[in-house]
Amino acid sequence: MSIAPLRPVDARDRGILVPAVVSIPTIHNEDELRRYLSALSGVDAVGVESRVAKLSTRSLKKSTKLTAIDLAISMVDLTTLEGADTQGRVTSLCTKAMRPDPSDLAVPAVAAVCVYPDLVAHARRVLGDSPVAVASVATAFPSGRASLSVKLLDVAEAVQAGADEIDMVIDRGAFLAGRWGQVFDEIVAVKAACGSAHLKVILETGELVTYDNVKRASWIAMLGGADFIKTSTGKVGVNATLPFALVMLEAARDFAEQTGQLVGVKVAGGIRTTKDALKYLVVVNETAGATWLTAEFFRFGASSLLNDLLMQRLKQRTGAYVRPDEFSGD
Amino acid sequence: MTDHSLTSELGGLSYDPAPESASIARLQPSYGLFLDGEFTAPESHEQFASLNPATEETLATVALASSADVDTAVACARRAYTKVWSKTTGAERAKYLFRIARLIQERSRELAVVETLDNGKPIRESRDVDIPLAAAHFFYYAGWADKLEHAGFGASPRPIGVAGQIIPWNFPLLMAAWKLAPALAAGNTCVLKPAETTPLSALILAEIFQQAGLPDGVVNIVTGDGTTGAALVDHPGVDKIAFTGSTEVGRLIQERVAATPKRLTLELGGKGANIVFEDAPIDEVIEGIIDGIFFNQGHVCCAGSRLLVQESVADEVLRRLLRRVDQLRVGDPMDKNTDVGAINSAAQLERIRELTTWGEEEGATRYTSACELPDRGYWFAPTVFADVAQSHRIARDEIFGPVLSVLTFRTPEEAVAKANNSKYGLACGVWSEKGSRTLWVAQRLRAGVIWANTYNKFDPTSPFGGVRESGFGREGGRHGLEAYLDV
Repeated sequence: MSIAPLRPVDARDRGILVPAVVSIPTIHNEDELRRYLSALSGVDAVGVESRVAKLSTRSLKKSTKLTAIDLAISMVDLTTLEGADTQGRVTSLCTKAMRPDPSDLAVPAVAAVCVYPDLVAHARRVLGDSPVAVASVATAFPSGRASLSVKLLDVAEAVQAGADEIDMVIDRGAFLAGRWGQVFDEIVAVKAACGSAHLKVILETGELVTYDNVKRASWIAMLGGADFIKTSTGKVGVNATLPFALVMLEAARDFAEQTGQLVGVKVAGGIRTTKDALKYLVVVNETAGATWLTAEFFRFGASSLLNDLLMQRLKQRTGAYVRPDEFSGD
Repeated sequence: MTDHSLTSELGGLSYDPAPESASIARLQPSYGLFLDGEFTAPESHEQFASLNPATEETLATVALASSADVDTAVACARRAYTKVWSKTTGAERAKYLFRIARLIQERSRELAVVETLDNGKPIRESRDVDIPLAAAHFFYYAGWADKLEHAGFGASPRPIGVAGQIIPWNFPLLMAAWKLAPALAAGNTCVLKPAETTPLSALILAEIFQQAGLPDGVVNIVTGDGTTGAALVDHPGVDKIAFTGSTEVGRLIQERVAATPKRLTLELGGKGANIVFEDAPIDEVIEGIIDGIFFNQGHVCCAGSRLLVQESVADEVLRRLLRRVDQLRVGDPMDKNTDVGAINSAAQLERIRELTTWGEEEGATRYTSACELPDRGYWFAPTVFADVAQSHRIARDEIFGPVLSVLTFRTPEEAVAKANNSKYGLACGVWSEKGSRTLWVAQRLRAGVIWANTYNKFDPTSPFGGVRESGFGREGGRHGLEAYLDV
């Protein structure tokens, strides 16, 4: 048995080792994809859930907590995805995204605002040249039940309007029916339509249900060219959960080690409290590590989470809780 | 060969200390023996210190029970058995056991702190494993107390009488619960002898017995060293000896109990094999290996101290395992984020050092976590030996520390043969996504406990115990009643 790459004991060896040259395997047909995915090891549900339960007992105190809260703020994709969205609402969202707490300029801006395609141009105007990115859901979000041409047009228009990031949904029906090639081909096509925009691929873990499915879907998305894999639309019963996030982070870590390509992970839906957000950061910290602990590789898709982060931030600094109304509603 | 570079360091977010408060323990400076429901000074008035292994500071002094004290304890237990406990109905006994379980839960934070201070185990484990499981054992056996006739041991099974119980230092309160709960449920009275280095949580448990109004003398606790234990084993007034500890001492006890009317159950050492097949869920396998050997600093009789991994995945498993070992947070047991705490005693640390030196001399490849260790206290960095042969001492002897020996196999037959090639037979783990193979292997392993796709999982409903030099008798579950019933 040889363990040569990890000897001698050295600080450089204590993490994720990736090939210096990026080399993503080319998938030519569905059979190849199926063989590739079948070679992945399974996921044991009991083990995943007990690992997460253990990580959830980590206790973040003092300066660690402050660092983590600021980190979490910088990772938020501030989101509004309602039929009732208006330009006015998007304006206030963008304002908040750039300066979450106007009374404390040390609070970092969030990573992005996330809107429907028709509001991308407006968001772009409001954000101007601020570092906050515009993310747009596309591909007949949230169901994805439209023809490929409609999906691609949806993407192209959002990119045209100024979206920096596209959040697509996979065809869960095709995935569950075993037509993995179709899911893969759609991702490849959408990636091409994105041009220079970053692609986040939403797996809708709540509809894939099993960890094995989530692991396979993660690999399909990464092989297809995803820059991010994302848990959920936020529109179904079960959205982001810590076990789903763990499985996806492990997939992203393994993909990086195999191919040299770093893929980010976005958790979305149902994350409302600082306590929850910090649990996710602990899972990132102890699964994928320092590189993923930036907005470049980890995001929270959320709306109400931001105010709780701001409130806890103030509590850490002043020792006292403030009224929720100290912060703007959106 | 591709050039690899480090992309991400695990644990990039460093955690500030998050210590639990030691004052929660409310320890008294000294403790007497618990005889007939009262704390009593020992006849010799001799005390000895119980240390915090993480700091080497004295936590409290406890009484050193002489054979005269053991005599008194057995007399108290006999009197309580004859006059009170044997006449108490099962439902009444259950009432006391339920009370004890509830009180353990109510005082769980205090018990967890005491356990961590006295033993050196991480507060996360004493809080999340030891104390909840101890309460669960009392709850479980409380339920049996009035249903013994339905336990499958005859129409009206009777208690044995006075049980002498000697417990180890690795899970002090939990082992006390494993021994006391079934004994009391079955109607016996007890003399409990906690381990020399970890007597304190049993003394808090004595306070709980007082709180619960448990009749005087039903449980008596004699703290002391090996001579105290020997006096208990040799005492003619004891009807049953239950011992958990080393195979060496277990053998002595069995010799001394031979040709006496005493019943005996022994739960001894182990050298558990954790068998990993190539189709196993790899990320969960790594966690299972870690739990198997680094849980409680490896001070676990059923620890998965031998990793048997299929050759086809051996490199990959080892690479991921070593990365994970480096990530373990070793240090202050009172810190809520600590994964691996202190070695329980200087003597145990010495034994671990000796055996790991052997491992190096025998030619195994040593990998030790780069973690920093505190200056004071007893510490041993998590260690993995690769390239271990079946004939190495580190593959055969129980190290009882955070040291894993990695061996490989090629076929299921070879895995079973290697796993069984041990004088012990306490526990094994089997990791595979293929149920039929797991069952095939499990049927052929000679061990009391077999875990599938998990390791070191305990539950009061599940019997636990060994075969061969790992001992005999079962604790836990319906089977655990048999050790305390005249069947």
